[in-house]
Amino acid sequence: MRDLSAARCLPLVSASTVLHALPPATRYVLRGGAEVRAAAESAVGCGIPARACRATLEGDRAALWLGPDEWLLIAPEPPPGGLAAGLSEALEGLAHSLVDVSHRQSALALSGPQATTLLAAGCPLDLDTSAFPVGMCTRTMLAKAEVVLWRTGPQVFRVEVWRSFVAYVSQFLGEAARGII
Amino acid sequence: MLLIDCPYCGERPELEFVYGGQAHVARPAQPAQVSAQQWADYLYRRDNTRGVHAERWRHTHGCGRFFNALRDTTTDHFRATYKVGEPPPSAAAPVPR
Repeated sequence: MRDLSAARCLPLVSASTVLHALPPATRYVLRGGAEVRAAAESAVGCGIPARACRATLEGDRAALWLGPDEWLLIAPEPPPGGLAAGLSEALEGLAHSLVDVSHRQSALALSGPQATTLLAAGCPLDLDTSAFPVGMCTRTMLAKAEVVLWRTGPQVFRVEVWRSFVAYVSQFLGEAARGII
Repeated sequence: MLLIDCPYCGERPELEFVYGGQAHVARPAQPAQVSAQQWADYLYRRDNTRGVHAERWRHTHGCGRFFNALRDTTTDHFRATYKVGEPPPSAAAPVPR
């Protein structure tokens, strides 16, 4: 399936790398108890966080805590061979839910010294590094859209947006940027 | 902005939450055994408390979990939040002046 989200993402702040679309990725939503989390770790090839609002990143795999029994798993696109099969095998017999949401959402990267200021235009969370450190992730609201916000660096955020909201979110951040930069 | 202390995520802005009605409403164990009035009370009649009210909230745009809260309906102050299945805390935090 062709990923149109990048095409929908309009050029924003000219001659700037503040906001750009990230390449397509494989995404799974995993739901289940503590035993599901433990069983899935080796198949994912990445630690799956038990701590609230934390993400782990190992190589090209990432696991984000979304809820006490819900994680977002991110891997490169196309999916590495055996990832889905390995997960199914590891979770055999355990009560769980594993859903491929690769094409449901798209990712934006927001970076630079103004990144938190831009996000603060539409997100009421405290984004200071003392309250929202590197490696923290959460589902939250950005203006009228629900997003998953993940701080991957002191001044770098990954924003997972549902694909039909990508144009809205990027234009909103563009509007915010016009007032700031 | 009003901050609500999600038992799973910590303090979060109010707009991530959705109100879920009165908490601790127990469904009759044997619905066929109760009278029509008792069943109607279970379905429709709720407290209209002035003061501390136990109610359900859902962190819809966060962890997605339901939890319970003690909220003062006169001041909108959240006295305490606790997970579903836990008893309401008896010594709830005093109201700040």
